[in-house]
Amino acid sequence: MRYALHAEWTKARTVAGPAWLLLAVALLTIGLGAVVAEASALASSASAALAAHQSEDGVKLTLGGVQLSQAVVAILAVQAVSGEYATGMIRSTLTAIPRRGVALAAKACVTVGLACAAAVPAVFGAFLLGRAILVGHGYTQAAGYPAMALTAASTLRATLGSVLYLALIALLSMGIAVLVRESAIAIGAVLALLYLFPLLAHVVSDPVWQRHLLQIGPMSAGLLVQNTTGVSTLPLSPWAGLGVLAAWAAAAVAAGAFALRRRDA
Amino acid sequence: MTDLDLARPAPTASYRSTLPPSRAGFAQLVHAELTKFRTVRGWSLGLVGAVVFMVLMSLSGGHNGGNCVNGVCSAGPSDPTYAPSGIPVTDGFYFVHQTLDGDGSITVRIAAMTDTLSPAGPHEPAPNPGAAETWGKAGIILKTSLTPGSAYAAVLATSGHGVRMQYDYTHDIAGSSAAATQDDPRWLRLTRSGEVITGYESADGSNWTELGTATLPGLGTSVQAGMFAASPEYSQNTQLLGGLESSAYNSTASARMDHVALQGDWPQGAWTGTAFDYGTGSYAADSGDGTDADTAYVVSGSGDIAPEAGLQDTSQIAESGAFLALIVLTVLATQFVTAEFKHRLLGPTMAASPRRGRLLAAKSLVVGTAAFTVGLVASAIAVPLFDRMWPAGALYKVGALTEARVVLGISLLLAVFAVLAVAVGVIVRRSAVVITTVLVLAVLPYLLAVGSLLPGGAADWLLRVTPAAGFAIAQTIPVYPQVDGIYQPWGGYYPLAPWAGFAVLCAYAALALGAAWLVLRRRDVTA
Repeated sequence: MRYALHAEWTKARTVAGPAWLLLAVALLTIGLGAVVAEASALASSASAALAAHQSEDGVKLTLGGVQLSQAVVAILAVQAVSGEYATGMIRSTLTAIPRRGVALAAKACVTVGLACAAAVPAVFGAFLLGRAILVGHGYTQAAGYPAMALTAASTLRATLGSVLYLALIALLSMGIAVLVRESAIAIGAVLALLYLFPLLAHVVSDPVWQRHLLQIGPMSAGLLVQNTTGVSTLPLSPWAGLGVLAAWAAAAVAAGAFALRRRDA
Repeated sequence: MTDLDLARPAPTASYRSTLPPSRAGFAQLVHAELTKFRTVRGWSLGLVGAVVFMVLMSLSGGHNGGNCVNGVCSAGPSDPTYAPSGIPVTDGFYFVHQTLDGDGSITVRIAAMTDTLSPAGPHEPAPNPGAAETWGKAGIILKTSLTPGSAYAAVLATSGHGVRMQYDYTHDIAGSSAAATQDDPRWLRLTRSGEVITGYESADGSNWTELGTATLPGLGTSVQAGMFAASPEYSQNTQLLGGLESSAYNSTASARMDHVALQGDWPQGAWTGTAFDYGTGSYAADSGDGTDADTAYVVSGSGDIAPEAGLQDTSQIAESGAFLALIVLTVLATQFVTAEFKHRLLGPTMAASPRRGRLLAAKSLVVGTAAFTVGLVASAIAVPLFDRMWPAGALYKVGALTEARVVLGISLLLAVFAVLAVAVGVIVRRSAVVITTVLVLAVLPYLLAVGSLLPGGAADWLLRVTPAAGFAIAQTIPVYPQVDGIYQPWGGYYPLAPWAGFAVLCAYAALALGAAWLVLRRRDVTA
C-alpha cells in the first residue's frame, strides 16, 4: 500500500493539471464567497431589529463559493481516473499493483488528500474574508449579530463540514469515473447528480416532494452542513445531510470498485 | 534490346484514377461530419436519451401554477379568471352599480381617499411605520357585464400614483399626479359613445382634461356602471442576509364620493352594492337627501382589477425539461470535438478538409441541428402529454404564438449551448474541463439566482451577464408597472426581455467560436 500511495502521489505531482485545479478550487471558493458576502451586505442593511432573524446566516453566505468550486474538485477526481484510461496508463498501474482494491484505495487517498489540501485554505480563507466583509458593513456583535467566531460549534460545523463536503465530492466523482471510465460521461453524470435535484425541487410545486428531493440530492443535502441558524426548519439536520452525500459517495466508490474487479482493464 | 535499354525504366504515363474527381465543398464536409456523428452508437443513443430525459423532467414540473398537497394536485390557482384578451387577471372589488342602456356619462367628485393596512393573520407582525399600499383604487368604472374578467374601462384615483385611466386590465394611462384630498378633490368622468369610452379628469368640475379612450370588445347596449373601490394585498419585503422575507397585509381603500351625476340617455336609478368576485367592501350614503346630486357615498373595498402577476403556465414546462437535456447534449457536443483529438482523427480530417474555419462551421452545424431537433421533438411529446395530465383550466394557457416562441426558443437555446460546447472544446480540448465550464456557466447562475443565496439585485446581474441569460427566452408573463410584485428570477421573471437574453447567450457562443477559429488556425493539428 505504501508503494501504491507513493506511485499515485508521483503521478499527481508530476503533471501540471492537478496543481492548477487545486489553485482554482481555492480562488473560486474565496472569490465567489466574497462576492456573495459583499452583494448581500449591500442589498440589506444591518439593524438590531433584523439581527435576531433566523434567515440571517452570515457563515453560510461566506461559504457560498463551495457551490462553484465543487465542480473543479469533480474535474480533479474524474481526471485522476479517466486520464489513466484515456492514455492506457491504467494497464501499467494495474500491472504494477495487481490488487485492484489497493490501487483504487491508494488513488482515492491521494485524490481526497489533494482535495482537502485545497479545501482547507479555500474554506477557511473564504470564511475569514467573508466575515471581514460583513463586519465591515456593520454586521457586528455590537449591532446584535452573532459573533461568527471561528471556534463556535456551529461555525466549526459549517467550515469543517464544507471541507468534508468537498472531500466527499471528490470520492463520489472518483467512484463514478471508475464506473464509466470515459471522462466526458463521468463529469456529465457527476454534474447532473449534483445540480439536478435542486433544479427539480425548484420545478415541482408539491412542497412534500420538494422536501424529499432536497433530502436525497447529494448537493442539496450535503450543503445543509453549512447552515448555522434556523437549523430546525431544514429538510434534514446538517450532519444527516452530509451523511446523505457520504452514502452517495460510498455507493459510487463501491460500484466503481466492483466494476474494477470484474472488468478487464 | 541492349543492356542500356534494360537499365532505363520504360516511360509510363503518371497514374490517374479513372473515377471522376469528387467535389470538396461545404456540403461534403457537413456530410462527413454528419456521418461521424451518426455512426457512433453512443451518440445516437445519447440524443434519444436527451429527448426521453427532457420529456420526463418536463412532466415532473407541476410548477407554481397548481395547488398540490401531499402529491395530490387539484385545479390550479383558485380558478383563474381570464380577460377577453386571454390573459389571466384578477377582478375583485366593491362595486356600487346600476344597469345603464345606450350612450351617456357618469361623473363623480372624490372628496377624500384613504388606504389602510391590517395584518392578514394573527401572527403577522405589525407593518413598518410609513408602509402603505400605493395602488389602492377608487373611482368610476364601466363594465360590459357582471361576469368576472369582462371588459371594462375606469377612471380612478389611487393612493399613491395620482389619477389614472385603466381599461382591459393591462392598459394604464397616467393623469395628474395629485392625490384626492378634502382640500384638493378630484373630479372624474367616463363617457360612453357607441363602442368608445372616454375618460376625463378635472380639478374643479368645469375644466376637463381628456385622459384617453378605450374601445371595449363585446360592448352591448346595456352596461354596468358606477362607483368602485379596491386595494390589493400589500406585501412588505425585507431583504435579509441570504433571503427575502415577505409579510402580507390586507389593505382597504376607502373614498368619499359626491356630486354623482348621470347624463345623456342614462337615467337616475337606485344603486346596488356588490362585493364583486373575490373582492370585499361596503358602501353607505354618508349624508344628504337621497338624490345623487346632494348625497355623498363612502365606498370601501379590497381586491384588485389587474393582470395576474407571479403565476406560471404550461409553456414553462419546456424550460424545466431543458436542463437535463442540456447536460446530455453538452457531453455529446464536447465529445464530438475532443474525440477527434483523443483518437488522432483530426489529422485525416484536416487533410481531407484543410480549411479549418469550414470544419468548425460544419461541426457546429451538425451538433446545433441535432440539439435543436432534440428540443423540438421533446416539446412535441411533452406539451400535449402535460395538457392531458392536468384538469382543464388548472394551468394558465398562454397564446399559441407565445407557446411557439417558448418551444422554438428552448430548442434554439439547446442548439446554441451545444455550439458553445463545440467552440470551448476546440479551445480547451480536455473534455472534463469543457463540460464543466459550459454546464457551470449555464446552470450555476440560474441555481444561485433562484436559490436564496444571492439578493435580488445581484441575482438579476448574474442573469444579465452570464450565458444563463438565455433562459429568459422562456419568460411568458410580462412585468406590469401598475402591479406591485416581486419580479425576481425565482418567480419566473428574468431581468432581460426574452430575445435580449437569448442574444447574450448567442454573443458568448459567437465569441467562443471566434476564439476557437483563431486557435484552430494557429495551432498544429497534432499538438
